[in-house]
Amino acid sequence: MTLQAYLTLAAVLFCIGLFGVITRRNTIGILLGIELMLNAVNINLVAFARFLGDVSGMVFTVFTISITVAEVALGLALVILIFRIRRTAVADHLDLLKG
Amino acid sequence: MAASGTFALWAWLAPGLAFLLLGLVYPLRRSGKPAAGVSIVFSAGALLAAVSAWRATVPEVARRTLWEWIPVEDGVLTSVGVLADADSTLMLILVALVSFLVQVYSVGYLAEEPPASLGRYYAYQSLFAFSMMGLVVAPNFVQLFICWELVGLCSYLLIGYWYARPEAARAAVKAFWITKAGDVFFLIGIVMLWSRTGTFDFSELFEMAQGGSEVLAGLGLVTFFIYLGAAGKSAQFPFHVWLPDAMEGPTPVSALIHAATMVTAGVYLLFRTAFLFERTPDVLTAVGWIGAFTALLAATLACVQHDIKRVLAYSTVSQLGYMMTAIGAGFAGAGFLHLLTHGVFKALLFLAAGAVIHAIGSNDIFGMGGLARRMPQTVAVFLIGTLSLAGIPFFAGFFSKEEILGAAWVGGLTVPFVMLVLTALLTAFYMFRVVFIAFLGEPAAVPDHAGDRDAPGGHAHDAPASMTVPLWILAALAMVIGIWVAVWRPETEFKPPFWLTPLAVLVAIGGIALAWLVYGLRVISPEWLFRRLSVIGEAAVERFWLDDLFALIYRQGILALARVTGWVDRYIVDGVLNALSAWTLTLGDRLRRIQSGQAQDYVYGIALGVLLLMVWMRWPR
Repeated sequence: MTLQAYLTLAAVLFCIGLFGVITRRNTIGILLGIELMLNAVNINLVAFARFLGDVSGMVFTVFTISITVAEVALGLALVILIFRIRRTAVADHLDLLKG
Repeated sequence: MAASGTFALWAWLAPGLAFLLLGLVYPLRRSGKPAAGVSIVFSAGALLAAVSAWRATVPEVARRTLWEWIPVEDGVLTSVGVLADADSTLMLILVALVSFLVQVYSVGYLAEEPPASLGRYYAYQSLFAFSMMGLVVAPNFVQLFICWELVGLCSYLLIGYWYARPEAARAAVKAFWITKAGDVFFLIGIVMLWSRTGTFDFSELFEMAQGGSEVLAGLGLVTFFIYLGAAGKSAQFPFHVWLPDAMEGPTPVSALIHAATMVTAGVYLLFRTAFLFERTPDVLTAVGWIGAFTALLAATLACVQHDIKRVLAYSTVSQLGYMMTAIGAGFAGAGFLHLLTHGVFKALLFLAAGAVIHAIGSNDIFGMGGLARRMPQTVAVFLIGTLSLAGIPFFAGFFSKEEILGAAWVGGLTVPFVMLVLTALLTAFYMFRVVFIAFLGEPAAVPDHAGDRDAPGGHAHDAPASMTVPLWILAALAMVIGIWVAVWRPETEFKPPFWLTPLAVLVAIGGIALAWLVYGLRVISPEWLFRRLSVIGEAAVERFWLDDLFALIYRQGILALARVTGWVDRYIVDGVLNALSAWTLTLGDRLRRIQSGQAQDYVYGIALGVLLLMVWMRWPR
């Protein structure tokens, strides 16, 4: 397996995540898309660490994963709050910033 | 000589102090009678100072500079101060005297005014006296012009004193507008003169003129513009239309401003700057012709008026024309002499007319009649004024009028001379027309406006002492001043022809006789006379359509200009701004649409941007 293969996998995963973020109507789906993008980044970090023989990339990944967990927890809490207030979790309806 | 200047300075500043007191101390101004007292005391002081200044004059010119003004690189451009010589102090006395007497007289005349507006009246009176004296003693054109505008303002304020009456308000505006038209030219003339000579100062200009300086050559346009300013103020044709309407103000105001002092400011200005006008004989000739024409025109107009004050107003215009003719003939001294005597007896006539109006409550001479029995004192002083104005020997007007006629003849203005003689005839005629209709003859059914404390009709009586005393003082002056002038100034600047005195007297008596025949004996019916002179008569009733012409010019001309300006403002100036703001609004509205509020759209935008950046970075160059 070459580095390119890992990087390609990460890029594909990132694009799928981005596609999800842009197109999903459900807020939870958008959060899942963000998770995918973050994991694509993790794959990149691990792949580089493995091929360059530098452990710091892996250490960084551990941090990323823990922060991701926190992010998901916060994101879900926000979604629940929004649902309680607005009675909806569909992103199209959440347009208070409309100019 | 310094003393003269100091006294003149005090005379000038005293009414100014009174004005400041009345203007700043609100309760004093609102109190009415005490305000009048303050104003009268200060103007009495001004009169004393003016007399002292005149007595202290010496042949040299006394100057006092209050402060120097408008500093430029080399020295100062102009100063504020006084220039006291025999002529300016004499004029100062006239102004102070008439101002003082009018203020005393007003106490009686305006006794029934509410205190607040009486205080306002005296504040204006003080301001006027201050401005007029500042004009008289002005040592340069700048101070003169400022005071010139100030007296114009006071005239406006006092004509419109009863501002609740629409006629008064309209007359005030009319006077302001028409004199302003002349003032604009005056200002242009002053600035042109300054750009030529580099000075505003009378003394310096006089020295230049004496030294035969080259810079004073070819001043025709400058003096003509200065003359236009004087013509506006002194109601010369065609600017005379404002003066008769100015009679809407209280009668003492008419006596002070529109007979004795302010309207003569133009004559005084020309007298003061006669040394400049001597350099431009063409302009002087024009001044003489216009003056004589004004005199004749106004005299014909005075013959058909029904309002006693309007008769006097047209008579003032006519007499101002006389003075201007004398100046135009090159004998400014004669014009100045007539200015002084006219100031006295015309103020007397106005104040006497005011006493009549006060008693009857109407200006219409046909509503009077037989007043001689009921108001003997008033009629006596009015008669003295009338005889003086008509030019009967030994009254004040006789000497000055004859001097003007002589000046016109010697000055070579033959046609204006004939016009002036004709005017003298008409003057005697219209004044005695008033006397015969209003004072002699049968008592008319007097309409009762004066109050209902008496039974209607026949209750008219002489005015209170505060009004009759000023009248008698002026009457005494009108009798004495002429003789005094003849003694004091026996040598004239010219030698009048021997037939002049008999001619002047004959003409005056002829006019009186004609009035007696028409209105006294009623041998000639006025209607028949009017029909005989139908063209002139009709035209005179319509005031020669000059008022209409002015109204047309101001209304049509200025309205058209206003319309054009309004269109430019609305569609071009505003149009550009409106278009700019409309475009900004539209653009903002369009741009607003991209702010959808959808977080996903923003993410999409960011992703697209990153993609574009990557393509741009990798683009083969």
